[in-house]
Amino acid sequence: MLEKKIAGYSDEISVAPGERIRFMVSCEPGVDRYQADIVRLISGDHQPGGPGYRDELLPTSVSGEYPGRVQETYYGSYAVVPHGPAFDGLSSLSLQASIFPTLPGLRRACIISKMDIDAGRGFALWTDPAHGLVLQLGDGDGGIREFALGRPLVAREWYLVNATYDAANGEVHLRQRLLDSYARDTSSGESSHSSDGTAAVGCGAPLLIAAASREEARGKPVGEMIFNGRIERPVVASRALEPGELETLRYGPVPPSLRSDICAAWDFGQAFETDDIIDISPNRANGRLINLPIRAVRGSNWSGSELSFTHAPDQYAAIHFLDDSLYDCEWDADFELEVPADTPSGLYAARLRSGDQEDHITFVVRPPRELNGRGDAGDRPGASLALLIPTASYMAYGNARGGMETGNELLSNHLAVISPEMRYLNDHPEYGNSMYDDHNDGTGVCYSSRLRPLINIRPTHPWLWQLSADMHIVEWLEAQEIAFDVITDEDMHQDGVSLLERYSCVMTCSHPEYYSTPMWDAVHAFTQRGGRLMYMGGNGFYWRVAYRDDKPGAMEMRRTEDGSRSWASEPGEYYMAFTGEYGGLWWRAGRTPQSLVGNGFIAQGFDHSSYFRRTADSHDPRAAFIFADIDDEIIGDFGLIGNGAAGLELDSASRAYGTPPHALVVATSEQHTDAYIRVNEDIGHMLLSIGGQDDPQVHADVVFFETPRGGAVFSTGSIGWSSALFHNDHDNNVSRLTRNVLDRFLDPTPFD
Amino acid sequence: MPSQYPIDPSRTDLAREFMANPMGPHSAALQRIVTRMRDTEAAGRYVLVTRVPYQEWGLAQLSGQRGVDLTVLEDQVFTSIEDAERAVFRMRWELITGSPLVLD
Repeated sequence: MLEKKIAGYSDEISVAPGERIRFMVSCEPGVDRYQADIVRLISGDHQPGGPGYRDELLPTSVSGEYPGRVQETYYGSYAVVPHGPAFDGLSSLSLQASIFPTLPGLRRACIISKMDIDAGRGFALWTDPAHGLVLQLGDGDGGIREFALGRPLVAREWYLVNATYDAANGEVHLRQRLLDSYARDTSSGESSHSSDGTAAVGCGAPLLIAAASREEARGKPVGEMIFNGRIERPVVASRALEPGELETLRYGPVPPSLRSDICAAWDFGQAFETDDIIDISPNRANGRLINLPIRAVRGSNWSGSELSFTHAPDQYAAIHFLDDSLYDCEWDADFELEVPADTPSGLYAARLRSGDQEDHITFVVRPPRELNGRGDAGDRPGASLALLIPTASYMAYGNARGGMETGNELLSNHLAVISPEMRYLNDHPEYGNSMYDDHNDGTGVCYSSRLRPLINIRPTHPWLWQLSADMHIVEWLEAQEIAFDVITDEDMHQDGVSLLERYSCVMTCSHPEYYSTPMWDAVHAFTQRGGRLMYMGGNGFYWRVAYRDDKPGAMEMRRTEDGSRSWASEPGEYYMAFTGEYGGLWWRAGRTPQSLVGNGFIAQGFDHSSYFRRTADSHDPRAAFIFADIDDEIIGDFGLIGNGAAGLELDSASRAYGTPPHALVVATSEQHTDAYIRVNEDIGHMLLSIGGQDDPQVHADVVFFETPRGGAVFSTGSIGWSSALFHNDHDNNVSRLTRNVLDRFLDPTPFD
Repeated sequence: MPSQYPIDPSRTDLAREFMANPMGPHSAALQRIVTRMRDTEAAGRYVLVTRVPYQEWGLAQLSGQRGVDLTVLEDQVFTSIEDAERAVFRMRWELITGSPLVLD
């Protein structure tokens, strides 16, 4: 049986000539050496009848053999507060937090800890599956004393928990109180204990929230026994506070009478858009979050009166920690490339090979960042066409685990085929999840990162989706011998429309689904300033995402009130912590895909693709250039995904949703199977007739319309479109039609 | 809870339709049966596992748990996806109806 044994990632996704990019690789035991080369990717789909894999070696200093090694990944989220004066001289102690445990029965999990285990000094507060709240105190002699409350916690309920230790009399008190009110609640309670001898609660170890630690790696404590769930307002005090005093510390500022007793009180309702946690005590013992726990989530006091954390930050002063979240693998670099100054823009990869093992760490060489600014020929790139690589969507789908965990059999209407790549990903939960997965505690994944191996974002991945499907477009452009630059979502997010305006025509890939506000603005401005846009896929411009300037490679998304989605955000958590923007469908933010590109997501199915039929609009003189030398009525009854150009996810035109009034629908698909079902956001009442055979709305539209200042938009309406380009050695009506459009879109003659 | 749609074991005409065209599209009546068969718990669900890409597949059952590998059923190897679909259809027919699928 084939096994995958090698994977890697790069620190950048798009680099300009002259810039540096580092590559990190991990090999399973037994892969002692591997060959690395930089290649330009030409083609990827190696299924029978497909174009096969092809690349072109870029001679660089990278080419050579490298030693294979296993690189460790430390995942799971927690906070670290360095040891400091705030915690000096501790003898007595109070600890408190409001907690919302999501997996209290899984294993022991740490709420807050500051422990030097070897010395037997420090403290830690835990949840325990059988005993509920547990306090550990060092005995000062290499041992730890433990005190347990004895009542298991109920999952997904808010509790106020606290523990005190009085060094004067050795008394320990533990309390856990359910904040909601249920009859027959047995989970609330308290316990008192007498410490057998003096405890040693002070130590020089860092303080962790939501984790304990025994070791350091890569310059920070490694979090273990991570708490799954929400923590709000953790407090550490240097005196055994009374219950009434502790109650005053749940919200708001630290009362003046307690200021001298408080070591730290962290208000998670500040600095949402950062990794910082802010101590509101005079000590200012601020800390840092590791591995992207979820911020801007409801706290214990959320009332529903405000739906945005920016309007009521005090009701969102909780952080949701997760034992399987990940920002950056932080592996050591295996090799580095300084992109040669004369490297043409394109889609490249670090190709890794060892025996039957292969991996492609894919990246883009973009055009130079700075033009000469003179507005002359030097300000025009060599190519008039830019291919826009949807890196945001790659990140959203990266490491999708559903295929291996459920088989997705009802989606595909076929038996699942599990590839070696899928088994490898399942063997590596530490590589983190896609935005289509749940975390271990059932919480939907709302952050992604590219600073980790994204196993399915590979040019040859057998699941033809995103990059592997987009290789059909790259292969076609290469075969057409059309010069093109390659740019990415991240480039467009940073540079705005000025990057697009270097080109006559911008072509998307097959499924550009995720868009930040600057990305949307750039594409819209391009279409309004005479640019020509070829939208070569389906279900594009659909979900809104956010980036953070100080967190390169990370992305946020919330799956809000509707949309075709694998999980749903909690009520009141529709606003993105990174930017404060309302998340979810762009439609719900007043910007429909139909208004941008003429069509928008209407249906999906994954068994058989179908074909398009020309419409009366296709005979309009304005559309004549599209159908030049095409006599066929049926377009695209072939293709490498489901045997048709109309397949997977379909977009249709709709005046009601904003398709420009003058748009031409030049072809429409038909005869979709019942596995194609209309998207839920377009359904009011549920009816029997939502499948492709019954519902006329289940179809894709090919749309063309002119935009101001001589521009134009062409939209294929289907993810499957590009899979038909290769058919019959590119001699087919999908290829010809696409070429007709591209030729006209590269022609500077303005559209009327 | 799994789908409750009953499969009538006397409808061997639908089984024959599946055997003749296992990849579909299927008639509406057959699709109801196929949907019933595909709507199983993830743990134990039959899947194909690639032995040789695009050439040879083994039958396996999912663990349904992240980090836990599937279980390969070593005696079941296929050189076409169609044959694999037919084999699993037979197994599920018997599992759901309680009687083996007999087609002369």
